[in-house]
Amino acid sequence: MLTRAYQFDLNSSGVAAGEPLLDVSGVSLRFGGIRALSDVSFRMRQGDIHAVIGPNGAGKSSMLNCVSGLYRPQEGRIQLHTVRDGEVGSTDLVTRKPHQIARLGVARSFQNIELFGHLSVLENLMLGRHIHMKHRVLAGMVWFGPARRQEFAHREFVEEVIDLLQLQAHRHAPVGALAYGIQKRVEFGRALCIEPSLLLLDEPMAGMNAEEKEDMARFVLDVNELRGVSVLIIEHDMSVIMDISSHITVLDFGKVIGDGTPTEIAQNDDVIRAYLGDDE
Amino acid sequence: MAASSTGTYFTSYRAESALRRTKAEWARLALIAGFLLALPSLATGPLHQVLELHVINMVLIVVIGAVGLNILIGYTGQISLGHGGFLCVGAFTAGVFYQRFDLPAPVGIFAAVVFTAALGAFFGLPALRLKGLYLAIATLASQTVIIFVASQWSWLHDQGETMNLSRLRIGGFEIAARGAGHWQWYWILLVFAVLSVYAGRNLVRSSVGRSFMAVRDQDIAAAAIGVNVTRAKVTSFAVSSGFAGLAGALWAHYRGNATPETFVLETSILFVAMVIVGGLGSIAGAVYGAAFMWMVPELITKALLNVGGSEWTSRVPHLEMIFFGLLIMLFLIFEPRGLDRIWQRTKDYFRFWPFRY
Repeated sequence: MLTRAYQFDLNSSGVAAGEPLLDVSGVSLRFGGIRALSDVSFRMRQGDIHAVIGPNGAGKSSMLNCVSGLYRPQEGRIQLHTVRDGEVGSTDLVTRKPHQIARLGVARSFQNIELFGHLSVLENLMLGRHIHMKHRVLAGMVWFGPARRQEFAHREFVEEVIDLLQLQAHRHAPVGALAYGIQKRVEFGRALCIEPSLLLLDEPMAGMNAEEKEDMARFVLDVNELRGVSVLIIEHDMSVIMDISSHITVLDFGKVIGDGTPTEIAQNDDVIRAYLGDDE
Repeated sequence: MAASSTGTYFTSYRAESALRRTKAEWARLALIAGFLLALPSLATGPLHQVLELHVINMVLIVVIGAVGLNILIGYTGQISLGHGGFLCVGAFTAGVFYQRFDLPAPVGIFAAVVFTAALGAFFGLPALRLKGLYLAIATLASQTVIIFVASQWSWLHDQGETMNLSRLRIGGFEIAARGAGHWQWYWILLVFAVLSVYAGRNLVRSSVGRSFMAVRDQDIAAAAIGVNVTRAKVTSFAVSSGFAGLAGALWAHYRGNATPETFVLETSILFVAMVIVGGLGSIAGAVYGAAFMWMVPELITKALLNVGGSEWTSRVPHLEMIFFGLLIMLFLIFEPRGLDRIWQRTKDYFRFWPFRY
């Protein structure tokens, strides 16, 4: 339950719920002789919590890195569908640099927390607003005027995220000194501050205890159900995945071996074999 | 762990974002302002044994350079060993505009800032590919190239490798020669130094400064949230060099000459040392570091001459190096985070008092 009305939209994708948001088609990624991904294709729809699962080394993180531009696949296309001012369009992410992809609203968290360790929670979240801010050196040096106005305007957005993720107590603490679970939450918050059109979460619950996992799952659900943000999530905890996701893609050895709703996936023989092994 | 000041609450972003937020901070600022206003009379009066006005003037100049370098090294995490070279560019640019083109000094100083910033952005390009020590070596190239050009281009030189600048005229007013001149220069340099420090402090609390720190702490994550890492690094080099250009221009006007010999590699390393001793990633630290690194050698010399008398004159430079080197080593061992951290700890001590933590 949300306790107060929020002023800002978190979701910046104009795509209608249920329409295709992300099309991954024929993506192959090689590191030298190792094939991390071979011919991976799946479709993600607006409004979904779309999980990518698979055993260790299946290529889940590589997949996410391809979407956010950190890796460049040798083959295939990754198309992000957008609606701007009523106009439907799509952008191929494969040729773009990470910061350009972030500008399209593709936000992400990392498996190993990648926060700006010397900065406070507030500064980390303000950095999430980077793509919405102007960066003028002289205005910054003067401070009074445009730079300060901009700072306060975006501070209001950040305060909503702080409120949503219950980070009030840690606002001014340097993130390096915070507990692991809180750091994960801050990283999630930083991604939210981008106003994502697509939110990529790489194991947001890894290394957490049951209570922290529940909190995090609740935050992800809030952001998805109440604020309409589409989430592409990688997670190892099957019970969490089965509970919160609306669609699952299963990878094994860089190939898609299953794709469907949680119930379909739970009965998929290939998936069961990949996780539990063969009888023979 | 720093003490957080309990009981200080804010009801507006405006109040929270202010640089001075408590009465104690305002009082300290007033004390500093009073000290700076009284400094010329102190330096000619009761403190003339210890402080000389021309040393203080030079500190004001190097403070500007150190603030610039701390933005690059401390805030953006890009090491540069070419800062002296950029001061040299600023000095000669100001000299050329003032002496060769006969333009007013402010125009020359402004041109020095802009040109040095542009050159800094250019020489910062290796930072897009190189990190850490490798970048430091690459920036040596800028140092070497600049000093080479400055020493070979004879159009720049009046005698030897030196360009002479006539006394500063602004409008109808001419700065006096030594004595009264130092005193007049003090006010001019103080204005420049205060504005530079303030501009630096403002920059690092604005969105530009935050993107610099993002690049320093985690460049991959910075790219993933939309920071154009390339642009941030080049901007940081430009800003840092702009400060160096200003410092170099003032240096040339103040000393009445510009010569590459002043801005050799040793100068660049001295600036890096200022930033480290003062405290990486702190504008105030750059000020402390600059003052420390510039004044302590002078004080050591004075002390040694007092102890040894005039027959020590030939030994003093060597002894000074030994003492100064030892001091820096002790610093790095006992407080690697610099003078700024010592100041923070002192403040914490009084905030916690009578408890230890």
